[in-house]
Amino acid sequence: MAIKVLHHGIATSVQDLGRPGYFHLGIPIGGAMDRLALRAANLLVGNDEGAACLEAVFMGPKLEFTEDTLVAVTGADMPALIDGAPVPGWTAVKVKAGQVLSFDFLKSGARIIIAVSGGIDVPLALGSRSTYPIGALGGYKGRVLAAGDELPVGEGSLATEGRTIADHLRRKPGTPAELRVLPGLYWDRLTDAAKQNFFADTWKVAPEADRMGYRFRGGRKIEFVERKQSFGAGSDPSNIVDSCYPYGSIQIPSGTEPIILHRDAVSGGGYFMVGTVISADMDLIAQLQPHTPTRFVEVTMDEALDARKARAALIEEVRATFR
Amino acid sequence: MPARYTFGGDEHLFIEVSDEMSLDAFFKSLSMATGVRESRISGVTEICPANASFQVKFNPDIIKPDDILKEVKAIEAAAEKAEPVLKTRIVEIPVFYGDPWTHETLMRFRERHQEPSGTDLDYAAKINGYPDVEGFIAAHAGSPWFVSMVGFVAGLPFMYQMVERQRQIEVPKYLRPRTDTPRLTVGHGGCFGCIYSVRGAGGYQMFGITPMPIFDSSQTTSYLRDFMVFFRPGDIVKFNPITREAYDAAVEAVDKGTFTPPIREVTFDLREFQKDIDGYNSKLEDVLHGH
Repeated sequence: MAIKVLHHGIATSVQDLGRPGYFHLGIPIGGAMDRLALRAANLLVGNDEGAACLEAVFMGPKLEFTEDTLVAVTGADMPALIDGAPVPGWTAVKVKAGQVLSFDFLKSGARIIIAVSGGIDVPLALGSRSTYPIGALGGYKGRVLAAGDELPVGEGSLATEGRTIADHLRRKPGTPAELRVLPGLYWDRLTDAAKQNFFADTWKVAPEADRMGYRFRGGRKIEFVERKQSFGAGSDPSNIVDSCYPYGSIQIPSGTEPIILHRDAVSGGGYFMVGTVISADMDLIAQLQPHTPTRFVEVTMDEALDARKARAALIEEVRATFR
Repeated sequence: MPARYTFGGDEHLFIEVSDEMSLDAFFKSLSMATGVRESRISGVTEICPANASFQVKFNPDIIKPDDILKEVKAIEAAAEKAEPVLKTRIVEIPVFYGDPWTHETLMRFRERHQEPSGTDLDYAAKINGYPDVEGFIAAHAGSPWFVSMVGFVAGLPFMYQMVERQRQIEVPKYLRPRTDTPRLTVGHGGCFGCIYSVRGAGGYQMFGITPMPIFDSSQTTSYLRDFMVFFRPGDIVKFNPITREAYDAAVEAVDKGTFTPPIREVTFDLREFQKDIDGYNSKLEDVLHGH
């Protein structure tokens, strides 16, 4: 069984739940930006939750299937079509040999996940099938898909056809999007006014938003507490001696445009960070389009842990649907 | 100086040993990171050493943030008592300084540079008080460097020059980052040297290029078959200036699978080093060359 890529969409790549364990060497965890969407898509077509899927952003690919199989599309609201006829999202849909899966225009959200029964069967690289294009690692030949590629698919089944996920279990960002942030790291380099402004202002997603990081614009410039720059840090007040960057950490180079590091994060660098988006809200970032109004919401560690539990409960509820 | 502890969301503990760079801070940070790794704390998923700080990723479903904080603080006390001795390796990296590929790139991005009229080597030599580029290269290749961090992108080493602070090479980064840097460029920004493991964006000044791959996801390079990343934090690097002919020969040897970087095991003692830096460095060089 294989999938023929007729059109590659935009930056469509093979992703699973990522490649933990190599960040200390600069190789990020990677994997689907919207983890919940990937788990749900896999459960729909009868795969292991962490099987490899395709992730596409803003525009879907055009795919032809060589055998009958089941597919499910989750994540953003981008209507899926089989041979031009609309099929429901968040549902296991049968595709016959020779049929073509394509997509209509994106309605909301940013990234879709396409699961195929049996999973995309590219070789494991450092324990994962996720694509890390900068390092030419994993996925299909270490790169995003191109027209003409043929993707191998594992042994699947048609048993779960018609499965669907209830609307209330499809998590989406609101308007404005709210991302919960635990202040920390170099937060105390901000003046009190800057601290207040950071949370009070409404930011907008900038066009520079990808798997590596999401940039935001439109809030007031950050003012720094006066201090002498320390040796090795660089001359700008936003510089630090190059350190590690947590996933979800928010750096503000020169105090102007916050950048949230995502799944394909650079592992470190010389910009100070003001805090970190909590683990429960990382999936939401995956669904933000450029220009989406966004607010950062201050939370405590206890609130972050409660949100983490709530997200775990949501995943559990998705699983329970299929028991 | 006690370390500063802060959480990066609900999954990371960030430990800043010092806000300024020094070999002492690097050593304490590396030994704390090693201590955390060796103590095999349940729920710790990744430990990332950096220059004067490090980061512990944990699963808060397994270990509570307050508990990981307590565990790592206890390791700090032990790390401060530990002898500053590191069993590591020293490796020689050939560098073709002033090569045509970084030259082409630096000319292409000249308007983003502090001094558009010269090259990055000219500029670095001038602002570091060297009479000419040759003198600057002699200093760059004259002392060993510590790999103080591996990261940014896959396999990229940050390197800290093993000389007194007043002799350390310091240069600003480009005014605006380049969108391109040749793979295996030897660069420098702030007080750190680096080798670009892959082609891509970058802001460091470019001094030369090494023929020796340091990251190979295909693992076909002879010395990267066991693991695709060459460097580890704590490695000691010595640069060896080479000519165009030697560079071409090395590239050919890499392609044929016959290139072997000179590597020796070595024990580094920070106190002995600090007593006589030049003497200690020349002993390190003797180890490298098997004397």
